[in-house]
Amino acid sequence: MIISVILITLISIIFPGIISKTKAKIVGRKGPKVLQVFYDNIRLIKKGSVYSNTTSYIFQIAPIIYFSTILLATLFIPFGNYKALLSFDGDFVLFAYLLALGKFFMIIAAMDTGSSFEGMGANREAYYSLLVEPAFFIIIASVALLTNNTSFFDLFNSMHLDTELSYLITILAIYVFLWIAMVENSRLPVDDPKTHLELTMVHEVMVLDYSGFDLALIQLANGLKFSIYGALIFNFILPVQFSLLYQVLIFISIEIVFALVVGLLESFRARNKMMKNPQWIISLSAIAVIAFFSVLIISGKLILI
Amino acid sequence: MDILLFQFLIFLSLGLFFVPKKAKYFYTLGLQLAVIIITSYWAILTLTKLEPIKLHFFQLLNNDVYLVIDQISAFFILVINLTMFTGILYAKGYLKPYYSSKNNTELTLHYFNFAWLHISMILVCALRDGLGFLVAWELMSLSSFFLVIFESEKENIIKTGIKYLIQMHIGLAFLLTAFLVVHMKTGGEINFDSLSVYFANNKVLPIFLLFFVGFGIKAGFIPFHTWLPHAHPAAPSHVSGVMSGVMIKMGIYGILRVLTYIHTDLLYIGIFILFMSIISGILGVIFAIVQHDIKKLLAYHSIENIGIIGIGIGIGVIGIAINNSTIAVFGLAGGLLHILNHSLFKSLLFYSAGNIYSQTHTRNIEQLGGLIKKMPKTAFFLLLGAIAISGLPPFNGFISEFLIYFGMFKGLHAANFSQSFILLAGIIALVLIGGLAIYCFTKVFSIIFLGHERSIKTEHAHEVENSMLFPKIIISIFIIGIGILPIIVIKPLANIVSIFVNDASIIETITPSLSGISLSLGLLLVVIISLIFIRSTIFKNKKTTIETTWGCGYTGAKPALQQYTASSYANYIGNLTRLVTGVRKHYSPIEKTETFPKKHTFETHSSDIFEDKLISKPTNKLLSFLKKTAVFQTGNIQHYLLYAVVFIVIVFVLTILKFI
Repeated sequence: MIISVILITLISIIFPGIISKTKAKIVGRKGPKVLQVFYDNIRLIKKGSVYSNTTSYIFQIAPIIYFSTILLATLFIPFGNYKALLSFDGDFVLFAYLLALGKFFMIIAAMDTGSSFEGMGANREAYYSLLVEPAFFIIIASVALLTNNTSFFDLFNSMHLDTELSYLITILAIYVFLWIAMVENSRLPVDDPKTHLELTMVHEVMVLDYSGFDLALIQLANGLKFSIYGALIFNFILPVQFSLLYQVLIFISIEIVFALVVGLLESFRARNKMMKNPQWIISLSAIAVIAFFSVLIISGKLILI
Repeated sequence: MDILLFQFLIFLSLGLFFVPKKAKYFYTLGLQLAVIIITSYWAILTLTKLEPIKLHFFQLLNNDVYLVIDQISAFFILVINLTMFTGILYAKGYLKPYYSSKNNTELTLHYFNFAWLHISMILVCALRDGLGFLVAWELMSLSSFFLVIFESEKENIIKTGIKYLIQMHIGLAFLLTAFLVVHMKTGGEINFDSLSVYFANNKVLPIFLLFFVGFGIKAGFIPFHTWLPHAHPAAPSHVSGVMSGVMIKMGIYGILRVLTYIHTDLLYIGIFILFMSIISGILGVIFAIVQHDIKKLLAYHSIENIGIIGIGIGIGVIGIAINNSTIAVFGLAGGLLHILNHSLFKSLLFYSAGNIYSQTHTRNIEQLGGLIKKMPKTAFFLLLGAIAISGLPPFNGFISEFLIYFGMFKGLHAANFSQSFILLAGIIALVLIGGLAIYCFTKVFSIIFLGHERSIKTEHAHEVENSMLFPKIIISIFIIGIGILPIIVIKPLANIVSIFVNDASIIETITPSLSGISLSLGLLLVVIISLIFIRSTIFKNKKTTIETTWGCGYTGAKPALQQYTASSYANYIGNLTRLVTGVRKHYSPIEKTETFPKKHTFETHSSDIFEDKLISKPTNKLLSFLKKTAVFQTGNIQHYLLYAVVFIVIVFVLTILKFI
């Protein structure tokens, strides 16, 4: 369904705006327009670029690859009971590895500048994403165990049919996915995009030397990544078969609620100490293992007396 | 006819001693090409006809020794041939500087052993006779030993070589014991086929463990890996590429060969292989991350990849044991494909490391940096290898991992409680290994090629000659080909897997997924190319400025000193795993009274807990004990005469007392 790609792309434009608006309202500021980030990006595309004399072609190609992998990842997201454009058994493995490919290039691009700040950010990004990756796979494995399916579309569609107990898995999965989204998008509590000290940044510091078109691509990709995770959460929640119109409405509202939740979480939560981040991220995998256990109990493989 | 030619070629290898220095390279190349053509012909014949070829090799004491090539042998022979071919091509440029410093004999020995490493590996794959196999195995160890000590004028290289030789012989001892036990129990000839009789009537596990240790030392499973990180850096790069690419796989071949005879207790064996592989995979990459020596790092990565291969094989064996053909077929197919894939990208990486070493004469990545501007082609190939070894699309490493994932996810539903946990462990291990590999190779690539130059070592570096790049192009074509069109490898893989599983046709179920992957990667390419196009049109009438890197407005410091180093990049993992990697920091702290800071140094070192506890500690204990016995060795001839007299007296007395 091309419609999911269009919707995800459209939502990604307003997504960062909603988050910052929510955060502004909570602290009592007026806040920027919802579309401000989008206007910024258009302005960036119109501008010229500044490159560091240390950098090579890696630095220039990385944003393109990053954006392309994330754009392609949107094609893997099913839309309720409509298949995704690219759907096959094991598609989630390619989905996760595509995102990793984009990350690989962003990391080496940050190292390309020869800056200690950007090296630090790149290092943290590599470290945190390796820690968060298992959580995603364990959750998918739990659902695969429950439904005997191995593609995004089949996983989401068959998981609500089996038993009422599967809602338990849904809740756990959504909780884990929410936090995975926060980590993957370098948000609180792992990273604070609003911090003003290079030493404490993760993602923001990696793109310090980007400007113009490249920076716009990176920011568009970030928005896209957020709305992809929102779409995954939507697929987890959508309970029964609806008509297309309702699905679109539900999709939009879930994405907006997701953005509001992110804004709320960011307003009321402090950033972790850097050294505490690994434990915190690994705890997500632990929660995912609980989901796996629950599935074993539901499917009668683990019998507790 | 063809076997005669093969025997003749083996004989012809002696001719290397008689050809002039200049012609030696081409003589070896010709010899190996001939071997490659003949053996590949056999291998392809086997894979198409699906029945083993049996050729009479020679007769020894009325015993006929046959070359038997079945699907597994054929697969390994093809992998060997490909890597040995690129290896000898790469050697041309790499050995050129040594022509002035090495004498005729040394070069002859090098080429002779290179050719014999090739021949002996093919024999290892083809001989079923136990003694013949062990002789070929020994020839393989010996020839690789001589290859490792090529730069024998350096003292530590000889030391490393001896270490390697000793460990190989410990492995041989295990294999020999295993064969002898089987021989004593069954009374038959010492060969592989008598294993089937033995395994049918006796306990499987003890003999399998003997074989596993024997072959595991060659393959480099942790904790039997301690020779690897020393031998690979010591060897010249084409040799490390070949050793890491194919020679350690002979250990895997041995394990697979033994597995073909086992039909009971497979569940425990599968779990054991999986357990060892998960440990090797995760610890291998962790050890790799804390290394600064590029070739040592790549050697640890070989251990990691042996782990991935083992995860595939272990999962496959578990699948056979629980009669789940999906898990069995995809696990084994993924493991086998990873053998080919690893031989491709690992040789590519070692050859690239060789390029860097030939230009900078250092293997310490902390002294490199910014090389992408001086060696752009080498940088491209190393980047390609780095992405492939991290298991990322669109290259071949992803495909083999995908096959293993596919088997594990497909098998989850049908598995019972404990089996689903085993599968989950496999999944988590693969994910973690992938993430850690990305961590490691972003470090390797960026510290060597990106940023500023860190020392004067890189000053005179420039791109290497074409003969050192050409073999990389061949390898890259395979890497990209398998990565983008994985469908081509499915049918041959099914043919090989059918040795273990009666019906491997279930492998066809992955076809839609693989076409999906090809389609997605094609789309990705289209998106990337169109974005590059859009970018260049936008940039046509834009102002692009070149400035220094952002340093919070401060431009006073030397940029090369400021930037991130390999140690700092590895710091997180080093701290997390200090128990096994033993990362220690040595530095002189700045004193309070030091108003004007003097020069200070900072060093980090890492060790390998398995090497310390399993090899170094016992050896040192033994050495210190043996040193105590050295009081008798006075060097005084009178003392030695005294010992002789004492000995004679004791023998005399004992004879009188009728003790002996």
